[in-house]
Amino acid sequence: MTLSPEPIDRPQLAAATAPHLMDAGSTTRRMMGDVLLALLPVVATSIWLFRGNAVRVTLLSVGVALLTEAAVCRMRRRKLSLPDGSALITALLLAMSLPPELPSFSVCLGAFVAVALGKQAFGGLGQNLFNPAMVGRAFLMACFPAAMTQWTLPVSTPVATDGVADSAVDAVSAATPLAAAKFSHQFTDLESLLTGNVAGSLGETSAIAIVLGGLWLLLRRAGDWRLTLGMLGAVSIGAVAELLLRGREAGFGWLSHLSSGGVLLGAFFIVTDPVTTPLSARGRWCFGLFVGIIVMVIRLFAGYPEGVMFAVLLGNAVTPLINRWTLPTPVGGPVVLPRQPTSEEGEADA
Amino acid sequence: MTELILIAISAAIVNNVVLTYFLGVCPFLGVSRRLDMAFGMGMAVTFVVTISGALTFLTYRYVLLPLDLAFLQYIVFIFVIAGTVQLVELFVRKFYSTLYDAFGVFLPMITTNCAILGTCLFVWLKGYDTLLKAVVFSLFNGVGFTLAIVIMAGIREELTQSDVPKPLRGAPITLFVAAILAMAFMGFAGIGSSQ
Repeated sequence: MTLSPEPIDRPQLAAATAPHLMDAGSTTRRMMGDVLLALLPVVATSIWLFRGNAVRVTLLSVGVALLTEAAVCRMRRRKLSLPDGSALITALLLAMSLPPELPSFSVCLGAFVAVALGKQAFGGLGQNLFNPAMVGRAFLMACFPAAMTQWTLPVSTPVATDGVADSAVDAVSAATPLAAAKFSHQFTDLESLLTGNVAGSLGETSAIAIVLGGLWLLLRRAGDWRLTLGMLGAVSIGAVAELLLRGREAGFGWLSHLSSGGVLLGAFFIVTDPVTTPLSARGRWCFGLFVGIIVMVIRLFAGYPEGVMFAVLLGNAVTPLINRWTLPTPVGGPVVLPRQPTSEEGEADA
Repeated sequence: MTELILIAISAAIVNNVVLTYFLGVCPFLGVSRRLDMAFGMGMAVTFVVTISGALTFLTYRYVLLPLDLAFLQYIVFIFVIAGTVQLVELFVRKFYSTLYDAFGVFLPMITTNCAILGTCLFVWLKGYDTLLKAVVFSLFNGVGFTLAIVIMAGIREELTQSDVPKPLRGAPITLFVAAILAMAFMGFAGIGSSQ
């Protein structure tokens, strides 16, 4: 726009259709780059903690996910969507949520299901209704329940080996802190939970690494803080309620609940997915709180020791309803939704 | 009281009739394209299942068992359900014609809804021995059905804006979504069982 030499007497309005980007640099690719950068400490810590297994699972997951994405794009004759980085993020999130000793073929299957069923079946990036990484993980949980709950201590953890030579021990199996608290009432100390020297999924053990990466994610606004805060808030309320109801000895404790299992990984990296979460600020609060509440319900009452995956999928399932009920009112009055044409489709089945 | 609450939660969420037993899948897929219709279907099923749950409980307990005719259970239950649906239809048509128009074809369709026969049979399989338990169980099975179908309808309304690959449009993607929902509901397994 060139400025006219004389002062103009009416405002100049640029007419264009939405979205109105303030900054031409805010692309999907840059956002995914931010997520990738935020995931760096998590991936690095998991490789340091679990060594070979972390490398194996991460590489397999990334490889299969990228191949699947490329194959689907080719089959649908669409532009190759690998450069936007979303498949890479899905693969990394899936890998970080898997147990270290998971057999290679399960990892490949999970990555394939995550991208093919979780994302591409719905039409690709931006159209999937469920978090792809969590779809992949839930599929593995349904198919290989034993392998998916087989946990080992990190390689870096010093373990008493009872006379067996150190080199003879590949991995020491152990219960996750949540399973130990739930099934045998052994509570893990907070320091191990923070540094990650506990059994668990590859990327979920170290609270410090996740928070470090997660804060970067929120600062760059690649994820909405309302989702994170809502989920952490609901988990905190649940944890405090457990302490009050079950007493200080039987309860797991507020900080322990927050820093064990998948809560932090979920709150910073999984629920902040902008595609599968509600659109409005109010809706995002609802979503975060809903997920947190379901996590605590599963942790305290259900058979599984951890429920972040189920909670996120349930949250995704009710997202269309949350969107509908938290429609923001624009200036000038509420929006009247256009009524879809009635058809006889309802009579089709019986 | 605690037992009744547990029965309710178990019926509506933990052992959701659609998403864990896969009963009543036909209306779940057939009438879930629009939210208002899905909710209407859910309400109709809830209504019918509660009444037929109570009636089949009484029939089985006070007619079939004393006469040693328990092997007729399935046929008699289907008769009772069909009769209930007819009765409800006549009643609604006569006294609430607006509601009748809103339900339309769904009301007679409920006769063939396997979720309802399933619920009536579950009352005995799960050993609920009083009328109150049977009614609570049936009612919350209906609530669970409504919950599932409303969630599904919300998702399917959103799906109309997704660029689903052509071979997957319609029933396939709906079954995919149902599968993911079923996996999500897996998380509630075990609530109220031991502990």
